Amino acid sequence: MGPTAKDMDALVSRGYEHGFVTEIETDVIPPGLSEDVIRQISLLKNEPHWVLDYRLKAYRHWLTMTPPAWASVHYPPIDHQAISYFAAPKKKPTLDSLDDVDPELLRTYEKLGIPIEEQKALAGVAVDAVFDSVSVATTFRENLAEAGVIFCSISEAMHDHAELLQQYLGSVVPHTDNYYAALNAAVFTDGTFVYVPKGVRCPMELSTYFRINAQNTGQFERTLIVADAGSHVSYLEGCTAPQRDENQLHAAVVELVAMDDAQIKYSTVQNWYPGDEQGRGGIYNFVTKRGDCRGDRSKISWTQVETGSAITWKYPSCLLRGEDAIGEFYSVAVTRGRQQADTGTKMIHIGRNTRSTIVSKGISAGEGNQAYRGLVRMAQKAENARNHTQCDSLLIGDRCGAHTYPYIEVRNPSAHVEHEATTSKISEDQLFYCRSRGISEEDAVSLIVNGFCKEIFNELPMEFAVEAQKLLAISLEGAVG
Amino acid sequence: MLLSIRNLKAEVDGKAILKGVDLEVRPGEVHAIMGPNGSGKSTLAHVLAGRDGYDVTDGEVLFEDQDLLALAPEERAALGLFLAFQYPVELPGVNNTHFLKEALNAQRRARGESELDSVAFLKLVREKMQLVSMKPELLKRQVNAGFSGGEKKRNEILQMAVFEPKLAVLDETDSGLDIDALRTVSDGVNALRSPDRAVIMVTHYQRLLDYIEPDFVHVLAGGRIVRSGDKSLAKELEQRGYAWLSDGEAA
Repeated sequence: MGPTAKDMDALVSRGYEHGFVTEIETDVIPPGLSEDVIRQISLLKNEPHWVLDYRLKAYRHWLTMTPPAWASVHYPPIDHQAISYFAAPKKKPTLDSLDDVDPELLRTYEKLGIPIEEQKALAGVAVDAVFDSVSVATTFRENLAEAGVIFCSISEAMHDHAELLQQYLGSVVPHTDNYYAALNAAVFTDGTFVYVPKGVRCPMELSTYFRINAQNTGQFERTLIVADAGSHVSYLEGCTAPQRDENQLHAAVVELVAMDDAQIKYSTVQNWYPGDEQGRGGIYNFVTKRGDCRGDRSKISWTQVETGSAITWKYPSCLLRGEDAIGEFYSVAVTRGRQQADTGTKMIHIGRNTRSTIVSKGISAGEGNQAYRGLVRMAQKAENARNHTQCDSLLIGDRCGAHTYPYIEVRNPSAHVEHEATTSKISEDQLFYCRSRGISEEDAVSLIVNGFCKEIFNELPMEFAVEAQKLLAISLEGAVG
Repeated sequence: MLLSIRNLKAEVDGKAILKGVDLEVRPGEVHAIMGPNGSGKSTLAHVLAGRDGYDVTDGEVLFEDQDLLALAPEERAALGLFLAFQYPVELPGVNNTHFLKEALNAQRRARGESELDSVAFLKLVREKMQLVSMKPELLKRQVNAGFSGGEKKRNEILQMAVFEPKLAVLDETDSGLDIDALRTVSDGVNALRSPDRAVIMVTHYQRLLDYIEPDFVHVLAGGRIVRSGDKSLAKELEQRGYAWLSDGEAA
């Protein structure tokens, strides 16, 4: 995140201090889920009727479903009646100075190299605006508008771009898709809508950072990105700074649509609260992310660095429908302490000459457990389709685990599928070798881990990559010895 | 005195390996430690470098009058102790140049010196590369990964050249090298000999000493230094073997 991002962040927290939040805070709906609750959400958000219909349809379907049990993660059943589905974004208590902030948190910020002003914003310390923040936002919007790019919240899009939204919402991840996607469709709070018109190369990396009111979109976020023919867009999601949230269950849905010759690059850095030493209180991150390469020669690329959450359940996928479409998945997932992750991807090859690349790097430390679960399906019409999968696991210590579950379905004899998998361990020998050269044990671990993940970091936008490296070092602090 | 080892006793898994080693090394000296297999040569090298799993049960080691055994391996490195490994370890994915730079700068930081920037560092490395006749592309590869035996050993000597230690311990550096590689590695070590740098060579065979001429030769057998002399001792060993020196404990 550049200086602008930081400044915007300050702006964001400031925005909540004035007006907006107080108004909504009176509109909390008590815990529980029913058709009435959904009607109320829709009413409070002043939604068009078709949105309510969509929500209700999803809710009725969700009632017929059961939570998925196939993932190799363990957690007590979630009581959906105990969750409040529409609460104002929790306003963080405003502190007077950084001295009042949890020193542990500050130490982490420092290691991440987050500037002091931004630290204050993140920790909820009152920040003086050091610049004319409104003008930054305006310039940003003007640049995008000039290019014809729509970048707004889903709520705004319901009113301002209803036709586009209605056309694409739920077209990649239908409300019937899975338990959590159905729940999201019924109760989604807000999220991001991006539309890049034909032939337009989006003039900047889009990040939720820049969108006013993007923070605290709640536990049921919904993102829809549509890249029309020949357009390009790169979208950054998340933040390396530790994110705490009082909502334990997060069930987001992300839909990407790429038309002919369009390219979407979607990068995520996720560092949600993983829970305490015993794994209590951490976030459950149950996300459905799918990209639809609808057009010929379209390309969708997912890059993710996942270090947070108590439980991660996510499989960013690509439907390769257009001819010569390309899907990519680059992932680093870290589990330590009691963290569990079941993550991977699906590459569904439907069009001819479609190609996909999967590079997954899993790092387990402490008692962390993770599974790579990946599906590569070559449909009957997928002439000459190709996939290459590389799946590497790195273990630190002897109480963690890594598992690989590749699913390969080939219905076309001309298709090629390659799967490579390795498991390695950071050895005592490696650590001693580094230390005998003057490198501390912690630095040695991060050196080896960063080497292991280099291929993925190369896929991230430059600034994000630097932060991701630091984040990894912090995530694995004290993992050895 | 650069290094003083006094009555050093150490065990591995409860088994006594070093049974009272004494050794004094002054700056500029080259010592060869020879001995039969299992005599404790490599143990001595690892104890000096601070490897876990070796329990020092008695004695002391002073490095420039500091208690070496109280220091972590990385602190010993920063003081100027370098161990060239018998089996250099592979670090997949870690770029060799990056590793060298990280290590050198970690040592410099620990000594309170300023870090070298990339330009200054690359200049230094290029200079040192010539000493070990290493192909420049090895710098771009991953640390020791896929290196031949000779390349690994040369990489160790390159590290030694870059770190400029006060004391280099070469653990069986000659093992697994053909004659050409042995010559290159030895040339590198010889080029690094200086009045302020001492070397301890641990070796099983006399042949290394044909290339790197020691000031002193010690025979380690049964966990003790049983004989010390000049290089003529090595010649004698070559002719007579080790058996005549040992007290029955060593094979």
